Formats: sequence, C-alpha cells, structure tokens
Amino acid sequence: MAAESKTKYDRQLRIWGDQGQTELEKASVCLLNCGPTGSEALKNLVLGGVGSITVVDGTKVEKHDLGNNFLLDEVSLGQSKAKCVCAFLQELNDAVKAKFVEESPEALIERNPSFFSPFTLVIATQLLEISLLKLDKICRQSNVMLLVARSYGLTGLVRICLKEHDVVESKPEHFVDDLRLHNPWPELKEFAKTMDLNVTDPVVHKHIPYIVILIHVAEKWADGHGGCLPTTRQEKKEFKDLIKGYMINMDEENYKEAIESSYKVSLPHGISSQLRQIINDNNAAEVNSASPDFWILVASLKEFIENEGAGEPPLEGSIPDMTSLTEYYISLQRIYQAKFESDCLAIEHRVRTILKRIGRDPDSISRAFIKNFCKNTRKLTVCRYRPLEDELISPAISELQKYMTDEDFSFSVSFYILLRAVDRFTANYNRFPGLFDNEMEEDISRLKTIAVGVLSDSGLHGSTLAEDLINEMCRYGGAEIHPVAAFIGGVASQEAIKLITKQFVPLNGTLVFNGIDQKSQVLAV
Amino acid sequence: MANSFSEPARWRDLDKLLARCGNIVGPGFEPSPQLRQEIGEFARVLVVGAGGLGCELLKDLALSGFPNIDVIDMDTIEISNLNRQFLFRLQDVGKSKAEVAAKRVMERVSGVNITPHFCRIEEKEIDFYNDFNIIVLGLDSIEARSYINSVACSFLEYDSDDNPIPETIKPMVDGGTEGFKGHARVILPGMTPCFECNIWLFPPQIKFPLCTLAETPRTPAHCIEYAHLIKWDEAHSGKTFEPDDPQHMQWVYTEAVKRAELFGIAGVTYSLTQGVVKNIIPAIASTNAIISASCALEALKIVSGCSKTLSNYMTYNGVEGTHIKVTEFVREKDCLVCGPGTRIDLDTSTTVSQFIEILGEHPKLLLSKPSITHRGNNIYMQSPPILEEMTRSNLQQPLYYLMGKVRKDTVHVSGMAENNGKKSSSLRKLCVVFKGIAAADVATQMDTAGNF
Repeated sequence: MAAESKTKYDRQLRIWGDQGQTELEKASVCLLNCGPTGSEALKNLVLGGVGSITVVDGTKVEKHDLGNNFLLDEVSLGQSKAKCVCAFLQELNDAVKAKFVEESPEALIERNPSFFSPFTLVIATQLLEISLLKLDKICRQSNVMLLVARSYGLTGLVRICLKEHDVVESKPEHFVDDLRLHNPWPELKEFAKTMDLNVTDPVVHKHIPYIVILIHVAEKWADGHGGCLPTTRQEKKEFKDLIKGYMINMDEENYKEAIESSYKVSLPHGISSQLRQIINDNNAAEVNSASPDFWILVASLKEFIENEGAGEPPLEGSIPDMTSLTEYYISLQRIYQAKFESDCLAIEHRVRTILKRIGRDPDSISRAFIKNFCKNTRKLTVCRYRPLEDELISPAISELQKYMTDEDFSFSVSFYILLRAVDRFTANYNRFPGLFDNEMEEDISRLKTIAVGVLSDSGLHGSTLAEDLINEMCRYGGAEIHPVAAFIGGVASQEAIKLITKQFVPLNGTLVFNGIDQKSQVLAV
Repeated sequence: MANSFSEPARWRDLDKLLARCGNIVGPGFEPSPQLRQEIGEFARVLVVGAGGLGCELLKDLALSGFPNIDVIDMDTIEISNLNRQFLFRLQDVGKSKAEVAAKRVMERVSGVNITPHFCRIEEKEIDFYNDFNIIVLGLDSIEARSYINSVACSFLEYDSDDNPIPETIKPMVDGGTEGFKGHARVILPGMTPCFECNIWLFPPQIKFPLCTLAETPRTPAHCIEYAHLIKWDEAHSGKTFEPDDPQHMQWVYTEAVKRAELFGIAGVTYSLTQGVVKNIIPAIASTNAIISASCALEALKIVSGCSKTLSNYMTYNGVEGTHIKVTEFVREKDCLVCGPGTRIDLDTSTTVSQFIEILGEHPKLLLSKPSITHRGNNIYMQSPPILEEMTRSNLQQPLYYLMGKVRKDTVHVSGMAENNGKKSSSLRKLCVVFKGIAAADVATQMDTAGNF
C-alpha cells in the first residue's frame, strides 16, 4: 500500500488490518436508489476506500431531494440523481471507481437479473417487498451478498440476505485466553517445574508468572483431591486461599493476578457447543472439489480434534501480558508459540491430504490462511439467513409472539409489521399512506385493516397494534428524514464493511430502528 | 438563496414531522406548517468539535432544519482524518477544521449559516455558550466533555425549593465512538444526569508501572513507553517530546526497536509506536455516521418536540452482531457540577482574598487561581491583565458587599481544579450563604458596587 494511503486509512487499518483493506479494495458494490439512505451508506464505504461502486437510480433531482440529501445541490436540479450522487462520491475519494446507471432498480430486477451477478454486494434501499423478494432470489442464485436498508419517517430497518457467511476473524471483544491451565501439555508442565514458588529471593518470587503459579497450585490441589480440579464454589474459594498461602506479602501483583485468573484452571475441557455445531455441519462432513476453503479447513479441524487434539482445538499460541521477569515471560511465549506451530503443522498436513483426496491441488490453500484459521478456531462463526420469502410465508411465530408481549420490543415489532403493511398499502394504492393531508383519516383506517391482515398472515391472530403507532406511520407519509436516513445508511455501511472484510460478526436478524425513544431492536423472525 | 429555508417544496419530508400532529410527541409540541421557520428563527445550535462526529453533525443538523449553527474546534486537518471526515479533501490538510467544515456545508446546503470558531473551548467567554439553545458534542476527550458540561451546568439555576428553573436548562447531546462502538446521550442539566454524574462510564486509561518499563518489559508497548517516557528525557534534557513531530516519533520508534531487540521482544512497529504514544483510538466513517445521526435526531426532537426523546443513554455495538441498548441513568444526588451548587458558608466580613483561600483548601473543590463572577459581574478575574488590574481592588473588599448584600446566591468560579492528582481547568458553581443574616433581610436592594 502506498505511504499516503497507509496514513489516510490509518484509523481503520488499526481495526481491520491490511487484509481487511485489501478485501475492501477488491469489492464492487451496487447501490439501488440513491436517496439519502443509499447515498449515506455509500458515502461511508467510499471514504473507507471500497474498490468500485455503481449507483442505480432512474429519477431526476427535485427540490425535495435538496432538503434531505447532502450529496445533491442546487446545480443538480433536473439532472439524473444517480449521476449527481456518483459525481459527489467520486470527489470524496479518487481511488474508488465510480459508475452510475440511470434506470429504475425495479425495472432492472424485472428485466435484467444478470445485471447483479458481477457485484460483491448489492445495497437495496427504499425498495418495496415485492421487488425485494425477486432481488433476494436473484442474489442468492448468483452468490451476491444483499443488504436491505429502508428509512421511513422515524423508523426503518436493515437486514442481510445471503445464504451463508463464514467468519474466521470474528474478533470478539471479550474472550477467555486459551492457556490450557486445566490441561497443560508436557513442555508447559516441564517449564513450570523449573520454578519454585518457595524461592527465597523476593524479586524472583514476585515475578513468577501467574501461569506457572496456577500450574503448581493446581497440581498440588489435584494431588489432594483424587486428581480432580476445583469445581464447586466452596472448592474454588479454597483454591484461592491455597494460592494466597504462597504470598510473602499482600502486594505481590503476580499472586493477585493468579487469584483473579484462578477460574481458568476449572474451565471445561474440549470445545464449545458453538464450535461443535460447526464441525458437525454437513458442509464439513462431505467436502468435495466444490467446497469452499473454509469448510475444508473445518473438516481438517474436526479430524484434528478427534485425533492429535484429543478433544481440544489447536492452541491459539498467544498469552496475555502478566507480571513476570522478562526472561520467564519470553520463555512462556516460546512454549505456547511452539505448541501452536506444531498444532498448525498437524492441521496443515490434514488440509493437504484432504485437498489431494478431493482432487484439488494440495497447495491451493496457503499456509498463512491455515495459520490464521488455527489462531481463530474457537471464534469461528457461521451466519445463515433464510430466504426473504420463507420469512414472509412462515415467520417464526413464537418469536413474534414473544416480541409482541415484551415491552422492550413492542415498538420495534409493531414497526416491523407496519412497514410490511405500508408496502402492501403502497402496492394497492400506488402511494404511501398519509401522503396527502386530506386523506389522512381514511388512510389510517385503511392501513389498520391491512396491518390486521399482516398480523393474521404472520400467525398472530388476535394481536393488536397500538393505534398511536398506526397514526405515526400515516403521519410519516413516506418521509425520508435526513438523520434517520444517515442512521440507517450508517448501519448498512457498517454491516457492509463486516461482510466485505469477512471480519467481525454481522447483524443476525432484522434491525428495526425506533427513532422515537431510540430503543431499536434486532428481531430474529 | 438565503431564504431557501422558507421553501416548503425543499423541506417536504421534514415538514411531515413538524407540521403534522402525533400522539407520541414531546411536551409542548405545536405542529404547524410554520414550525420549521420558527425553529430557524430562534434556534441556535453549537457543535463542539469538527472532527469525525462534528463533520457528520454539521451536515445532519443543517438537513434537520437548523439554519443557524456555530462550530468550535482548535484542530487543523490531517491526512489521517480523510477516511471519515468527509468535508475535508487532501488540499485542505493543515487548515482549520471548523473553518473548512463550515464552508463546505454552507456551499452545499443553501440558506444555512455556519459560524466557525478556530480556537480552544476554554478561550471563549462563558457567556458565549449561553447564546445557544442546545449544545451538541462531538468530542474524543473526557476533559473537553467535562469542561463543556460544567459550562452548560453553570447556567442552571434552582428556585428556593432547589428545583431547577426550566428556562435555565441548557440541553446537551453528546456522542462518542471507538471502532465499531459508540454512544449517544441526552443531558438536560438538573433533570437528567450530567456528564460528571456518570463520569465512571469512562474508565481511566491504564498506565504501565514505571518499574515494568524500566526493569521487566514484556510487550512491544512496554518498549515503546520506555523510549517515550524514560529514554527521551534522559537523552534530551529539557526538550519536550512533540508527538506530532515525525522526527521525535522516529526517534522513539528506533529506541523502542533497540530495547525490544535487547530483551528478545517481537512486534515493535512504527504504526504501533504511534498508536501507543498518541493513544490513537481507531475510528471509522460508519460508526461516526450512526452516532452523529442519533445525536442530530435528538437535537431536532428536543428543540421541536416532534417526538419523545432518548432517555437518556444509547449504546451501539457492532462488533459481535449488532446491539443497541438504551439505559436510563440517574442523577448523582450531590453532583458538584449539576446540583444546586457546592454550599459555602461565609461571614459577611470575608474578603475576596480570604474567599480565594477557602476555595483552594475546600476538599471538594481544591480550586487554585480562581476567577470569580456573580450574576455576570466580575468580582475578581485572573486574566486578561487589564481585567485583573480592574478587579484587583476588590480583593480586600468583603464579598458580601460585592454581591449586593444578599443572604444566599450562586457564584461561579473558574480555575484549576485538582482531580486524582491531575490539574484541569474547571468551572464550579457555588451556593454562597452568609452567616447570621435572617431570610427576611434578603430584600435588600441590589448594590453593584465594585462590579465591572
């Protein structure tokens, strides 16, 4: 990367690294409708340096666009909206390839489905259900990721539509370090034995790393408890007291750290239920030449856990900072690193064998990729999203019912139902409810009737929606309010970044924005 | 052009919210087709910070029907701002953020008037901040938030029953981001917790013990901080380290590499050196957009009443899935900043210099070098020199006389306060009560002797 780009992108490279940036710069994103919601979403991606963008919109700029879209100005009036938005976006970052297509997204979906296949990601904004259903099918067929964003008055939603998204670098904020204190391997035990907790030199005593302290104390405990480690609350307390017994004075940081981390000796052996689910996935059971690299690695991981790993995943190999003499700490780092390398090698061997078996070049998956996978096996995440059509035909009724009666969710789930009702209304009347002041009363009762229909189609017979919210929807009259659009567009761009960089965990449901009191929720329907 | 704010066609969408009635709205909401114009005439908004959040805020507020905005920021534009601060271009590097941001938004949204202030927030008179109906904060420092909070809270007055007087409430909306996470909050001083009430939400930055840096380094960051905090002073007697000087940074990096090699520690890079030394917080466009939008929407709702408002703290976290949570924090009963004021009992004979001594020794205040004002009048000013000279003669006067012989009143003092061993400029509100004066005597006429 050029020095200037490194500096320009510094604050984001610290989040997703060179690898994430490379993915971003390879990506091509298509935006459908460039009102404020879409324009804002794309603006955030262009600033970050996305590879290329294509703006699709068939409308001309009108006066009202200037009141809610920053990317348009006086000079744009009467011109193609797609062209004007595209020109401003290009001004933000000349490294991005910006194109526009002056055509209605609905028409493209209807007449030219192959238009979408070259893109990495499509961001569909302000589209009605009827078009989204078709677009979801098109994108699934051609393996293009789809993000749906909608702003509507003080509400809106963002959702992801794709078959499967596999994340190696999910980068969770809080994760227990993989220290294997419950099950230390021989080299680690050996190293611990070289140190004496009763050493008389006070400087050495207060610089024994807590990993070593815990291995010693755990061994002593196991000796007195038939080989078992502490499990009950009482035992854990006694275990801490046992550690305390070794302290010469009460301000020895390493012993304090040992007490704080003492729960790590009692961690359950083996793998988490989340990882179990992934290694038992059908995609890992039947790898073939068409399998994605991710699943070939999962298949290798499964073999490793069942063989060399003896029930454990490969060691992550890194240790947190802890009070210690430099040389002890560095030695520990080397021991963890060596175990990581040997686990990696075992996995790599299995990967090459599988590749050969399924008729692929055994070297077609790089060592760097395998290493990165091994470092993250405990954090692997697989996200699947069912087709939009399924959700509309057979929504998760029990979830919906739960949301309807939960005060924290009632606004969000009502907005979810009402947004669908608005789409049906619009399909019927060819305009948004509440568009005209003089039809407000009629529209409120029409929308109510339609919403009751959506409720019963969703299996929520007898449920009712608050009249106040039905009024609100009609009050909005399809308005796209700039700060709401900027919020929804902002969320869409953050999800786009996660999907494109294949890092972090994307939204796992429908995010319904609640602009009234900001109690937005993610609905799993 | 200037009257484009009166064009209904342009504001078609926003007017749906402002002109139509609703049942879930704020108190006193009076929808009408003229509401937007009324807001335009009376509402003045101050945006503090023209960086990642500030750029977004200016755009969002301009497109939320606020034509009169001020923005204050002391910083100049850097290349590393360009991945998110969308109002700036490469050729703007080195220029004032506030000035360039104001100009760009005015170019694109006709009819909007943005006044930039290229200076430190402490440089402005306190009264400058009182001219605004609402203050929106787009900052990345706790100190700056704390300062603006104390200024906004200083305008708050309480009635004799210690209830906040509504006209004196200066609403604030505060945003903050870090990576994929952020928060937006609404502060109505006297009603909802102020920044100081929940200061614990911002945990102090972790510092490495010096003995670790000097004797038992283990991580690349330890080596970097050794070069930065210990080695620099040894090698450059008296010369202060400038984090923005690339030569200084290069020196620290080189020294850190040497130290890392000596101890067999891997992983010191130039980028990490910058990150550790400057305490760089990662920042991206999308999170700033989300949080700013949230703040601007709250500002619109507070000023217009067109909907309920956030009560009172929203967090956004997009790291593992996407989570939005609203928490209703409560006020700290004895908050020094937003409460009725720290009570100080004085004799009627106490002079201003004695009062200054009391402020320095008061355990809750520990305020040194204070400037003192009472109802907008200067009792004693530390600076500028001309004001100091004019108010110097007051030092030997009894405060009771200078305050117009009232029994009890609010006094504002600004100076350096000590907090956890660290000094920072602070503004404090005091409730001064003179001993031995009956409440009935309060009706004494206001005597403004000695005020400038």
